[in-house]
Amino acid sequence: MLNKLLFTIVLAASVQTQAKETAADNYRAYCVQCHGMEGNGTGVNIRDMSVVPRDHTDAKSMSGRSDEALFKVIKEGGTSISKSILMPPWEGALTDEEIKDLVQHLRTLCKCKFGS
Amino acid sequence: MQKIILAILLGLSGTAFSAEETFPKDCAACHNISGPAAQTLKEAFGKKGPDLFYAGNKYRQEWLAAWLQKPKRIRPAGMYYGNHIKPGAKSDEIDASTLAEHVALPKADATAIAAWLMKLKPHDDLIAKEKIEPGTITKQMGEMNFDKFQGCMACHLIEPEYGGVSGPELYTAARRLQPEYMASYIRNPQAWEPKSWMPNKQVSDGGIQKLVRYLELLGKDSENAK
Repeated sequence: MLNKLLFTIVLAASVQTQAKETAADNYRAYCVQCHGMEGNGTGVNIRDMSVVPRDHTDAKSMSGRSDEALFKVIKEGGTSISKSILMPPWEGALTDEEIKDLVQHLRTLCKCKFGS
Repeated sequence: MQKIILAILLGLSGTAFSAEETFPKDCAACHNISGPAAQTLKEAFGKKGPDLFYAGNKYRQEWLAAWLQKPKRIRPAGMYYGNHIKPGAKSDEIDASTLAEHVALPKADATAIAAWLMKLKPHDDLIAKEKIEPGTITKQMGEMNFDKFQGCMACHLIEPEYGGVSGPELYTAARRLQPEYMASYIRNPQAWEPKSWMPNKQVSDGGIQKLVRYLELLGKDSENAK
């Protein structure tokens, strides 16, 4: 009985920790602090930054980045694509699947595709 | 086994009206005092104050007792910054009208609560993995490492008017926090809070030592500046 109960608790806990977050929530949690409530690069943290965060609503610059490059920079941080150290790697907080969803979220913010 | 449980219950009943029994319900209105940490962003967005269920692994007792008597905001944009910002002229701004102050407590209560909180230590395992090596760092080198090499200033203040505001201010960190906790949290924030919005920057052992030394230096400076 006790074993079954423990198993159920462990199972419930593991399912809970693996639950996927929505891209909108992940954006709110991790991206808005620098990229801003509107996604236009004017987050609450930017005052003293030497490099301003990317404007995710700028179709021109965002269409110059492939989905693969966006995935890489979210996962591994700015320096992985020769950009700022101020953009940190988020792989410790996000799963690959969540990062893929975030890339698509960015595409809705810029209303653009790579090369368009 | 039953005898042990009985003994525990008797032991607890003997401490009626102790801090353990009277404070938790007050603190629990805004703090998670029993764990586990938030497992979803929805939970994390709703946090009103920092988790306290591992307070004994995190804080310096003397700082806790003093702060509870004279609380001062540590996170400029509140617990989840997203609940306390608004669009501004040049960038998003902190909406101070949404921030609540922490209640100030009489000395006796503050001292008792600090002592009680220090008993909450579920993460001794994480703390035991850290060892702070003796060493020094100059303020200039520490700041360069913090700002330019690690990029921590994006989210943290290293002085009252320099740095980001979505994370807790860090010029007081070493006065508030145990050095091993600072090291462990830098090493892996998600080990403490799965939904922390601090990134794991894969900082090396040496890099962690440098950051902790710098925070210790900042703490002394801010103490002297008081």
